[in-house]
Amino acid sequence: MTRVGLFIPCYVDQFYPQVGIATLQLLEKLGCEVFFPMQQTCCGQPMANSGYEHLGAGCNENFVKDFASFDYIVCPSGSCTLHVKDHLHSARDEHAASQIRSRIYELSEFLTDVLKVEQLEARFPYRVGLHQSCHGQRGLMMSQMTELVAAPFSKPVQLLKLVEGLELVALNRKDECCGFGGTFCVTEEAVSVKMGKDRVADHEQQGVAYIAGADMSCLMHMEGILRRKGSAVKVIHIAEILNSVIDEPAN
Amino acid sequence: MNQRIKDHPDLAEKFNADEARVNWHDETLWWIRQKRDKAAWLLPEWEQLRETASLIKHNVLSNLSEYLLQFEQKARENGIVVHWAADGDEHNRIVHSILKQHGITQIVKSKSMLTEECHLNHYLADNGVDVVDTDLGERIVQLAKEPPSHIVLPCIHWKKEEIGELFHEHLGTPKGNADPQFLTHAARLSLRKNFLERKVALTGVNFAVAETGEFVVCTNEGNADMGAHLSDVHIACMGIEKLIPQRKHLGVFLRLLTRSATGQPITTYSSHFAKPRKGQEMHIVLVDNGRSAHLGKESFRNALKCIRCGACMNTCPVYRRSGGHSYHNAVAGPIGSILAPNFDMRANADLPFASTLCGSCSNVCPVKIDIHNQLYQWRQVLVKEGFTPRAKTAAMKAMAVTLANPGMYKIAGKMGRIAMRAVPGLVNNKFNPWYNQREMPVPPKESFKEWYQKNRKS
Repeated sequence: MTRVGLFIPCYVDQFYPQVGIATLQLLEKLGCEVFFPMQQTCCGQPMANSGYEHLGAGCNENFVKDFASFDYIVCPSGSCTLHVKDHLHSARDEHAASQIRSRIYELSEFLTDVLKVEQLEARFPYRVGLHQSCHGQRGLMMSQMTELVAAPFSKPVQLLKLVEGLELVALNRKDECCGFGGTFCVTEEAVSVKMGKDRVADHEQQGVAYIAGADMSCLMHMEGILRRKGSAVKVIHIAEILNSVIDEPAN
Repeated sequence: MNQRIKDHPDLAEKFNADEARVNWHDETLWWIRQKRDKAAWLLPEWEQLRETASLIKHNVLSNLSEYLLQFEQKARENGIVVHWAADGDEHNRIVHSILKQHGITQIVKSKSMLTEECHLNHYLADNGVDVVDTDLGERIVQLAKEPPSHIVLPCIHWKKEEIGELFHEHLGTPKGNADPQFLTHAARLSLRKNFLERKVALTGVNFAVAETGEFVVCTNEGNADMGAHLSDVHIACMGIEKLIPQRKHLGVFLRLLTRSATGQPITTYSSHFAKPRKGQEMHIVLVDNGRSAHLGKESFRNALKCIRCGACMNTCPVYRRSGGHSYHNAVAGPIGSILAPNFDMRANADLPFASTLCGSCSNVCPVKIDIHNQLYQWRQVLVKEGFTPRAKTAAMKAMAVTLANPGMYKIAGKMGRIAMRAVPGLVNNKFNPWYNQREMPVPPKESFKEWYQKNRKS
């Protein structure tokens, strides 16, 4: 059995527990032995992207202690995964840190690349737009990017296609940033909000019921904009869709 | 010229006051980005070309001093007068001294971001020299007394109706006429007079070839050629990083440059200047202005590969929605944000933060500059150098301590969620920049960890 350490990012833990639950249940359904280290907190990205990477040692050492023993570390967030992959270091045990860097996977890439999932018992009969988050897409290369001349592929799309009843729409700008950007969303409020509004509008024009994504942070930003304007469009993490067996996803 | 009075977020907020204009600006630049995509896809070897260009530039940067000396020698043998300028001021003085020698007080100038960087127009104006920018977009912003907002599309932020008004005021075109063809014709007539009268033409340089001592200037309007061919004196100004080793390497860069910039297969005019024609004087000014120091910074060296195509600006979702002037620097957008702190860290400390680090800039870059990684690296440098508000540093320190401590994290999270539910006014207020235009997430009763503890941990 594959021993998986489950990394639930801090903001998912605090604001979107249903995403953690769906991730856990999904991995177990697919035959993994999942462990959730109770002492985990945050990968340190909020500090690092703001220029304070040097303050991240505490988070790093924590992370190494929590996750050093697993075959794989799986996280339902491309952004946090990328941060660990690129920036996790340890003064105490750099060997363990380097092992973690090479063993951490974002959930959907873990499903496609490691578990090689080819069928799912999931049903989600809605019109869905997929938001391809930048860090997952361009950082972890979870899908072909519009800037590059390369063969098309998308790991999240590959998985969503296994879901019964799901109707995936084509967006006008398939991999444009939503404008969340960590602390950017507050330090550059005007541009961040405008980017979010534009991103949401692209989905709305396609008549989606849900905006799905592999990063709850982007979805949190777009959710804030959708709710402020009173839109009926909802956001949903891909784990919730892939784990859904009933018509309505858990709220 | 607009003096910088505020940081990027403030200037961007000002730009965003007119949402319709932001939409138009965004769509116009996105349209160019799409043209670029189409042009790139027509070349199956596109990614290989980018890699090749990047490697050639790598070679140039690793051997810059030798290539510069080779270029100087060859250019001199060709009869070009070669000047060296350590900084922008010296560059400006050199250009002015050439004009003084000939008793010239009026020149024509084609586009050169280097002269923008050195503030040449202001320097010459202060010294009684009148400069007419001959690139149409440059001419428009010059008449409007503004700096260019984009390195390839200097007046992309101007609408044709506004240009009609501007031309009515300065060139005497009929009021209310905003027909692009008519306005272009009016500019052409006005510029033609300047080309015929002025004896000195200044141009930029896109590529200088070390092997031959020649240089190439790319324009879509032929204005550099009009100036250079009609003038008695041609002054070309270039940053020292514009070199390429051999003529055969030009093919790689000319194929990449305009496809990346505008989606054209090649610029309308790619003109080679090897030596002065009979009776003409040709000068070239090689400018350092911080580039050597930049070359010494290993993490940021790659930025000197830039060939100034502007693709990173067109693709940047932040640039498209904040406008070039929000970057208060000659080169705006992502590439400007990693070049500018080299010149002045304090004045440009805000720019590396004007990005979501989405990475699209690095992907479109024809010479594969790791722009978004450099933005990240610059943030680390700027914080360490102390160019951050104290409040932000204090908040980050508190956050780092809390997040590193599982017990504190748990308590802070729980308290925060309870407070958000019980006293929403604590966070839903005008001091919260998230809440101004977005709803806060709804805090759940229990965190994932609490759920796990209850349901799984036995």
